Amino acid sequence: MSEERKVLLEVDHLKKYFDTPRGMLHAVDDVTFQIEEGKTLGVVGESGCGKSTLGRTILRLLPSTDGKIIFNGEDITHVDSSRMLALRRDMQIIFQDPFSSLDPKMTVSQIIEEPLKIHKIYKNKAERMERVKELMSIVGLDERYVMTYPHELDGGRRQRIGVARALALNPKFIICDEPVSALDVSIQAQILNLMMDLKDSMGLTYIFITHDLSVVKHISDDILVLYLGKMVEMTDSDTLFDKPLHPYTKALLTAIPVPDASYKGKEAEVMKGEVTSPIEPPPGCRFAARCPLASERCLKESPEFKEVEPNHFVACHLYD
Amino acid sequence: MSEKLLEIKDLSVRYTTDGVISRAVNHLNLDLDKGEVLGLVGETGAGKTTTALTILRLLPKYTSEVDGEVFFEGKDILKLSEKEVRDIRGQKISMIFQDPMTSLNPVYTVGEQIADVIRFHNDNMSKAAVEARVDEMLKLVGIPPQRKTEFPHQFSGGMKQRVMIAIALACNPELLIADEPTTALDVTIQAQVIKMMRNLQKELNTAVILITHDLGIVANFCDKVAIMYGGEIVESGTLEEVFDKSTIHHPYTIGLFGSLPNITERTSRLTPIMGLTPHPSELPEGCKFHPRCPQCMEVCKTGDNPPKIDNGGTHVIQCHLYAEKEA
Repeated sequence: MSEERKVLLEVDHLKKYFDTPRGMLHAVDDVTFQIEEGKTLGVVGESGCGKSTLGRTILRLLPSTDGKIIFNGEDITHVDSSRMLALRRDMQIIFQDPFSSLDPKMTVSQIIEEPLKIHKIYKNKAERMERVKELMSIVGLDERYVMTYPHELDGGRRQRIGVARALALNPKFIICDEPVSALDVSIQAQILNLMMDLKDSMGLTYIFITHDLSVVKHISDDILVLYLGKMVEMTDSDTLFDKPLHPYTKALLTAIPVPDASYKGKEAEVMKGEVTSPIEPPPGCRFAARCPLASERCLKESPEFKEVEPNHFVACHLYD
Repeated sequence: MSEKLLEIKDLSVRYTTDGVISRAVNHLNLDLDKGEVLGLVGETGAGKTTTALTILRLLPKYTSEVDGEVFFEGKDILKLSEKEVRDIRGQKISMIFQDPMTSLNPVYTVGEQIADVIRFHNDNMSKAAVEARVDEMLKLVGIPPQRKTEFPHQFSGGMKQRVMIAIALACNPELLIADEPTTALDVTIQAQVIKMMRNLQKELNTAVILITHDLGIVANFCDKVAIMYGGEIVESGTLEEVFDKSTIHHPYTIGLFGSLPNITERTSRLTPIMGLTPHPSELPEGCKFHPRCPQCMEVCKTGDNPPKIDNGGTHVIQCHLYAEKEA
């Protein structure tokens, strides 16, 4: 392999609990990983597994309960808001829903211009507008849309605005929270290609949060699978798809419908049950209730997340 | 087998809003046999849902024009009186909507909502018989009957969709229209619901029109496929014909497959369709797909629809590209 890359982001035993009337909700529970510069980490899981909360906690949009976030060598877990503001130049986010993440009262140019204004990057409006136009062409938005409002545009174009806004400050790192799941397939492919091109040309590092395994395989170097806030499995993208170890990962993979006529009528193994509540979870493996291979031990003892093969981490008693 | 259940002939639907005419469905032809499963595939604005709503006569008030014929069991649905349609709706043809969260009434229990359909179509059924049928339906979709006294908010998304399916199947319909039934669900739950629907379909021999944009689900579930674009069916045939990579296809179908990130092989780049789906109020002249088509020719840009090319069997492609082959 090539030379050691620099670690850009390190998340160390990160926890995010929400205090609800019914008890502590363990949204993110003890998550640890590193991302090297220029890599993409895919974070996969079903609704309620804590993937979006994880993204927001890393960006300090939500305060963490415990653990550390180290960005570019600096522990940012508890830095004050003025330092955080400066850091946000390097850390951006693209949201899932291009319909609700853009202010309906702002024009396209105002939306893209806003981060430039806040961070006072350019001296005057003319320079800022120059940059806005440049960004619009980078993301493939025609210049004639400068003065339009988000509601006049379709989902694909709106998501391009979200991308342009995230790129405005030349960040190093972007969290993409389901950026394509609200889009039609043909538009989804356009946005995915755009994001991959941008990554190459601007040297970006991504965390790509999604529930869609085929998308994540396409775009990620490494993949982290979450289940009810816990890390379940992490390895490089190819290994995860060729040789998944955790029963949950296996179930997720077989659940994807394959667009191939030879799969017709094939009885895939369908996982029973549904995701259990993340509020005051019982001890033991969180997946035990749905796991076809669960034993007594799984109900009592939480499995440790450890490396069972080189660069292949899994949390399951089967691999003890 | 092969008894014709539904036959749509030359159907066109127009909406008029604020003086803008949207051509939602254009000269659509479709037929479906008893017990057959058809996948209606297309993106937002392709006219899939409009087609479904026409079959149920549930088109919105701003519909300005409905042209053509929709034969269901030999009768033209478009010519029936509202009362006659009501007897068909929910009884012979029923529909599952995309969003189980908003399709159920939040102030009635799940059991009452299932019982409602049964009572509506069976006037003299005793209370006990209705309740028994409700229990039976719940069991069928894998929900313990004890939960019938609960309200929709007490159910998860997957469970709500099961309730919707129970309501839709309560009167043993001949035709079930499922409009993106699993789009709002997680993959593992989607797999459960699809498996259940497939088993029920086989058991009850209901014909199904499955509206979806997910070619994976189509491959799993359908016998026939129709690909829609701009309110038209651009390609149709059996599942095997449309998914056969060795034969000719409509450029839009090729584009759809190219847009999918493939789980079985890793590609460095996707090959998306360029441009955007046109709004039904701004459909281009000639072939509706020509501005986005990588193989567009002069002849595609003007005139009427491209010819329908018969590629053997039931495989039909509406495209100029293969026209010479015919002649």
